[in-house]
Amino acid sequence: MADQTQMDPARLAASQPVANVTDWRRIISGFTLVMLAAIVLFLLDAPWDSVSTFRISRPRDTWAVGNLVVPSQLINTLAAIILAFLGTRLFLRGGGRWTGLSLGVGLIILAMAFLVWATAGKAISLTGMLQATVVRAVPIALAALGGILCERVAVINIAIEGMLLAGAFAGALFGSLMGGWAGIICAMLTGGVFGLLLAVLVITYRVDQIIAGVVINLFVLGLTSYVSSQVFAEFRWLNKATPFRAFKIPVLGDIPLIGPVLFNQNLFVYGALIMVTLSTYYLFYTRMGLRARAVGEHPRAADTLGIDVIKTRYAHVIAAGMVAGFGGAWFTLGSVGRFDENMTFGRGFIGLAAMIFGRWHPLGALAAALVFGFADSLQQKLSILNTPIPSEFLSMAPYIATIVVVAGLVGRARPPAAIGKAYTKD
Amino acid sequence: MNIELRGISKRFGSVQANRNISLDIRASEVLGLLGENGAGKSTLMNVLSGLYQPDSGDILIDGTPVRFDGPGDSIAAGIGMVHQHFMLVPVFSVVENVILGVEPTGSADFLDLAAARDQVQAINARYGMDVPSDVLIEDLPVGIQQRVEILKVLFRSADVLILDEPTAVLTPQEVEAFFGIVRALRDAGKAIVFITHKLHEIIEIADKVSVLRQGEIVGGGVPSEFSEADLAEMMVGRPVSFSVGRGTATPGEDVLDLRDVTLVDASLEVRLHQIAMSVRAGEIVGIAGVQGNGQTELVEAITGLAPVASGQVMFAGTDITASSVRQRHCMGIAHIPEDRQKSGMVSAFTVAENMVLNSYYDDSVARGVQIDWHRAEEQAAAACLKFDVRTPSVFLDAGGLSGGNQQKMVVARELERGVRLVVASQPTRGVDVGSIEFIHKQLVACRDAGNAVLIISSELDEILDLSDRIYVMYEGQITAEFDNSSSQADRGAIGLAMAGANRTAAA
Ligand SMILES: Nc1ncnc2c1ncn2[C@@H]1O[C@H](COP(=O)(O)OP(=O)(O)OP(=O)(O)O)[C@@H](O)[C@H]1O
Ligand SMILES: [Mg+2]
Repeated sequence: MADQTQMDPARLAASQPVANVTDWRRIISGFTLVMLAAIVLFLLDAPWDSVSTFRISRPRDTWAVGNLVVPSQLINTLAAIILAFLGTRLFLRGGGRWTGLSLGVGLIILAMAFLVWATAGKAISLTGMLQATVVRAVPIALAALGGILCERVAVINIAIEGMLLAGAFAGALFGSLMGGWAGIICAMLTGGVFGLLLAVLVITYRVDQIIAGVVINLFVLGLTSYVSSQVFAEFRWLNKATPFRAFKIPVLGDIPLIGPVLFNQNLFVYGALIMVTLSTYYLFYTRMGLRARAVGEHPRAADTLGIDVIKTRYAHVIAAGMVAGFGGAWFTLGSVGRFDENMTFGRGFIGLAAMIFGRWHPLGALAAALVFGFADSLQQKLSILNTPIPSEFLSMAPYIATIVVVAGLVGRARPPAAIGKAYTKD
Repeated sequence: MNIELRGISKRFGSVQANRNISLDIRASEVLGLLGENGAGKSTLMNVLSGLYQPDSGDILIDGTPVRFDGPGDSIAAGIGMVHQHFMLVPVFSVVENVILGVEPTGSADFLDLAAARDQVQAINARYGMDVPSDVLIEDLPVGIQQRVEILKVLFRSADVLILDEPTAVLTPQEVEAFFGIVRALRDAGKAIVFITHKLHEIIEIADKVSVLRQGEIVGGGVPSEFSEADLAEMMVGRPVSFSVGRGTATPGEDVLDLRDVTLVDASLEVRLHQIAMSVRAGEIVGIAGVQGNGQTELVEAITGLAPVASGQVMFAGTDITASSVRQRHCMGIAHIPEDRQKSGMVSAFTVAENMVLNSYYDDSVARGVQIDWHRAEEQAAAACLKFDVRTPSVFLDAGGLSGGNQQKMVVARELERGVRLVVASQPTRGVDVGSIEFIHKQLVACRDAGNAVLIISSELDEILDLSDRIYVMYEGQITAEFDNSSSQADRGAIGLAMAGANRTAAA
């Protein structure tokens, strides 16, 4: 007699019949890894006697560490072997959760190999590069966080870009008039006001969410461009804020490598890390977070349980605006102190991409933002290092990273179920 | 706690869903609410649960008028409602759904899931509900989801429980267990409103009954004073026959033939084990079995929604094991899914749009790459009329239809197309007695036209009434086969097989 299958409710739970379906993701990932191995082996080759030098500390640091010097070709040959091994392994067996992991590890190895190759016979500051990575990730992570707060309650926020720009503008203007802190507060308030505007449009008046977002973006772009070209050009003192300097956190800031990267940065970096942590706690570990997510997934169910869908959505969209406003202030108060026309340059949209790659999770979005930031700073360093790759290709790096990450690592990402839909009672 | 509804009226656009309704709901009493599809039962209860505000009329709790501006107010007043269509967040776990809105928290608003889990398990144990705490709702079968809904209300320790068609998705065994819970709650002094389309349930459990028709109360009293036929007539306004006059079948060739079909799920557990069965032209075959014994997977294997691990699915002599859902569909397989809201319709589409979901690409409504909406709407209107789908217009969102009317819309869509095999899973779930009669007649007519019909139902009565042949499923296998064509099969023997008595014999 064939053995009997037990079917208790809890076990039935897991029944989603997808067995013996070809796992294309696994196969494609395996193939990609093998290709990458070939690229590393044949394209990224350096003379056997060359070494790559990575500087970690500066001579004046408290705890100075020596430079990291590695034999270029040996490292890259090893990298190619590991990539090939990971790829073949995916072909032969496994898959499932190994697919994403292998691809992730593979990409890190690739980035490493690339760096080693580019620095062969030269030297770069590893610390400086990672520091730049974090700095560049900040506006993207904050934009993503703004997106997450909105989308978790099912409001699409295309207006993030406009909110960043408005925050940058308000930061420069009020920072010039009343000092940096006032600038930040005003940037957040301005972001909040645009959040409120979006909320009124899409929640109360049920305007299409994409259209409302685009309208806000165009409005902010037009307004800030006008003011900066007509007013700021005339009265320069209105656009001359003192940016926030980096401040070192005692002791922690002296740790080699990690210190400068994480604990010797400006207010925006700390702010972003705190906001990401807080919102992770809020969304997934608190009562209000649970309610917010319910509103995004099944607003009617939330309503029948006495949760005020409309209020929840308003609160989150406004909060998202404030987060984006803070992120916008990074462009002015966090770097040069001056506002330029359209200076956010699509970072809000990249932030939305990071939100999706991060699966609507603040930590995921931060990780995605760091990938963008790394690609961004890599590109910058490499153009200094004089590699044979044309700079146009280098500036594609962040976007190529995006595509690879989405295709391979993200897998099944699912937005909140009620996304984009206005809520009506009857 | 006693509740009085006084002269409640509620209108949606042109539909007067409730008209001057008065009702008494008393502590320690089960009030049964009957009425045909669209009579306004759910609307009335949504008014009581604060989801809708009445156009006129009052709600009195123990004599004092109250005003509910939202469900929060009514929950606070001790009223809990289990909705006809589940109000569960699919991607949340059972505990998260149960506590939503009344979450136990620690400091800093921290969700105390551990405490919640304990409380949920305590209720679970008290009523023998056996619901896992940490499984996601979307991974649970409907029967268990229903229990989660009940858990939700009990977790809020409501004094008044409104149960809108709670038994529609339960198996007869589950219904018995559920009635045990209802009696316990009544004896604990709770007031219960119980809505159902199953008249025998009213007679069994209700202390009082009220009947609604077209938004008005048309009668009521003590259920034991009525027969099922009386109640049915009061509801529908005409006598209803409970069993279809089904002539003898004249079966022809095999239309559907499963050859040792085995189906394995993602976690490599066997869901269907070497199923061998057939459905012939001009024959209705019923699948009896307690829900969760592989019926869902059987339907998926036949309709192509899930790939089979081994074995063959033959349709009219061709091997369709590897055919896509669309190919099978075009060959003439119609599918009435068990969960209409999940896989039968798009709530945000209009009735007309829903009606062409299975034919938007073929000649009946498509002109090249365009859909001829004029024709689609005409067809939809005709089908609505034929199947008695009560909607003021086919341009309204299907989500606004009453539950039973949504079901009839899905049935109409599937049967109106030329088909050779109908796979009907719970075809009359949530449908009133009058419409059950009609749907059953349609299925028999489908058979008499020479088509094959496969019915999967947790209602043994429905299976016995319609089928010419009956298979019993138990733990993913077919464990027994009964002939039901000339004389009715032995109910007791089927019941035993459903409980697993035959399993060794069949394997
Ligand atoms: N949200 C809504 N928008 C528009 N019309 C609605 C809405 N809800 C209900 N209706 C209409 O009100 C009437 C009563 O619907 P209701 O859901 O109360 O019926 P019901 O008695 O519960 O029926 P069933 O037994 O089929 O569930 C129906 O004609 C329905 O189409
Ligand atoms: Mg109803």
